[in-house]
Amino acid sequence: MLTTKRTAGVALAIALLSGTTALAETRTLSYYADYDPNPLAAMEALILEFEAANPDIDVVLQNFDHEGYKTAIRNFLTTDAPDLANWYAGNRMAPFVDAGQFLDVTDVWDANGLNESLASAAASMTMDGKKWGIPYTYYQWGMYFNKDAYAAAGAEIPANYEEFVANCELFKAAGIDCLTTGTSALWPGAGIFDYMNLRTNGYEFHNALTSGDIAWTDDRVRATFANWAKVVPYITADHAAIDWQDAAALMSQGKAANYVMGNFAVATFKDGGMTDENLGFMAFPEIDASIPRAEEAPTDTIHIPAGAKNVEDAKTFLAFIASADAQTKLNAALGQLPINAGSTVGDDPFIKAGFELLSTTPGGIAQFFDRDAPAEMAKLGMEGFQEFMVLPENLDDILERLEAARERIYK
Amino acid sequence: MSMTSTNRQSRTWWQKNQQTLTPWLFLTPGLIMFAVYVVWPIFASFQISFYDYDGLSPKEYIGTANYSELWGDRAFKTSLYNNVIWLVLYMLAVPLGLMIAIFLNQNVRGIRIYKSLFFFPFVISQVVVGLMFAWFYAPNFGLLYKVIEFFTGKGIAILASPTYATYGIIAAGLWPQIAYVMILYLTGLNNVSPDQVEAARLDGAKGFKMLWYVILPQLRPATFIAVVVTVIGALRSFDLVSIMTNGGPFGSTRVLSYYMYEQALSEYGFRMGYGAAIAVVLFGIMMFFISGFVWKMLRDERGMS
Repeated sequence: MLTTKRTAGVALAIALLSGTTALAETRTLSYYADYDPNPLAAMEALILEFEAANPDIDVVLQNFDHEGYKTAIRNFLTTDAPDLANWYAGNRMAPFVDAGQFLDVTDVWDANGLNESLASAAASMTMDGKKWGIPYTYYQWGMYFNKDAYAAAGAEIPANYEEFVANCELFKAAGIDCLTTGTSALWPGAGIFDYMNLRTNGYEFHNALTSGDIAWTDDRVRATFANWAKVVPYITADHAAIDWQDAAALMSQGKAANYVMGNFAVATFKDGGMTDENLGFMAFPEIDASIPRAEEAPTDTIHIPAGAKNVEDAKTFLAFIASADAQTKLNAALGQLPINAGSTVGDDPFIKAGFELLSTTPGGIAQFFDRDAPAEMAKLGMEGFQEFMVLPENLDDILERLEAARERIYK
Repeated sequence: MSMTSTNRQSRTWWQKNQQTLTPWLFLTPGLIMFAVYVVWPIFASFQISFYDYDGLSPKEYIGTANYSELWGDRAFKTSLYNNVIWLVLYMLAVPLGLMIAIFLNQNVRGIRIYKSLFFFPFVISQVVVGLMFAWFYAPNFGLLYKVIEFFTGKGIAILASPTYATYGIIAAGLWPQIAYVMILYLTGLNNVSPDQVEAARLDGAKGFKMLWYVILPQLRPATFIAVVVTVIGALRSFDLVSIMTNGGPFGSTRVLSYYMYEQALSEYGFRMGYGAAIAVVLFGIMMFFISGFVWKMLRDERGMS
């Protein structure tokens, strides 16, 4: 009796030990991300691929709610840092880079030839001459429009901004909003400002403005707002109370004609009933023919926090994500554009149009106002843009406020 | 041999002081939690408000610079003004709650179901209340918008208007607050002595006179608690502002608690020191009311004893 029990006990102990030693051979990578459901599925598939190629690495992905992640990251970077974390490029990563919370990954870029393959986003990943993460996707912004609404009002696709504003009169006569937006979260209005500024004054000026080198009360900024003022009377009346998704519903229902948005909105337009036949995409209309065309393409990235425990494997994972194949697969699910020049782009007409647009952009690629400008300036700027669209007569006050903030913020 | 004489000298220190020590022993865990999670953060906030701190890099001492900046900050003034509006309008919850409590204080069959239904708004989360009212006010499909459109031909999107948005949010907040005050008063009305009511009726008191001279004085404790709870609720109105308007349109519905969150903890806010300064101001306002209440409570107790 005793011997049977004892043997059973020994057998159990051996089984447990061999189990734990087997587990001890795999190293874990913890990855905190904020993907929406479709990209999440694609990333999980990619992770399985990575684990198959690297059987001794186990990637544990923890997904956060998209908006909640932006607050959560400031906590977990300092307390319980994962090995990999999602974030954004450009000025948006500056607070973390300056605080030493992200790891320098220039070696990953050099070792894998990423300076050539990820060239289009290299500038937005560089700070102090070093690279701080891997970009995996970007998407174009532009003017989406409802072709049926154009037909109903008898309007033609505008060749420049003057024609666009002239069309607005036609839309108004047909009871359709010429331009729609939903600014309750503030950022959609910034997209309109960015394009007005890029078209009125060009990429270098816009960059200098968001870097704090140009006064907001400058005449050229006023020129941007003057151009914007021409279309303000035709913008959806209560945009300050609606989300961007509600505004997208307006366009899907044919109550609005144009929408300055990013390509991620296409899924929402299609959910609202639009199809490839009646949904149109064009670059934001030209205002000044002498200014080289610049576009907006916000870039999403993956970084290694400074507090990461498994840095070696994290770098391996970054190199994997930077590869052309991984970027093709991930972007196929995201419906966005891969950074890697060797990746292939999906068949979707809007993706192709975006790829076409971005690869033929002579002027420069902006990151979006709330990524190009430091956080506080971005918040004040976006509030100012919303106020301008509701009360255009407050322009002087708005510009003076922004100028006073600039003095304080860009010390 | 008597037990007491042999045990007297062998009473331990613990046995001697047990009566006085035991209450403190029971309070200790609670006191420690309170000290660590409530008292210490208050002092830490005071301290942080004198620094320039972004939550990631080291702190930089700047003295009272945060406060002098607050003084000239237009958003701060708007928040303060909005807080005053909240305080004043939230006080409507007290008489409205009283009226509903008096109305429900009947012995009709099924009155308990009605009481539960009236109490329901307080039970649901403020976030849900905010979301429902945001849909109620929403342009194009909101019920209130459609009603206004039906009567006046052109709907008003309350949450899009810088002048009306705050009142819209306060209305949303009053809904659960009235329910809360109503329950307080229902309890108070249960304790109204029927003898006094009888005596007053014999003297010919009716309706408003009965209410003012007989019932209300007996409801004084309930009124006191209702006012305290309403003041605190008005000053703490973060959830509703955050859900319904995010402080917009362009900052016109901001309140101090939301402004503090925006500056210190939100996506675009990296200024812990400045947020702490706003928190200290809010704390000061609350302390003003709380001291008033505590002083009144102490006075009442002394007066009664």
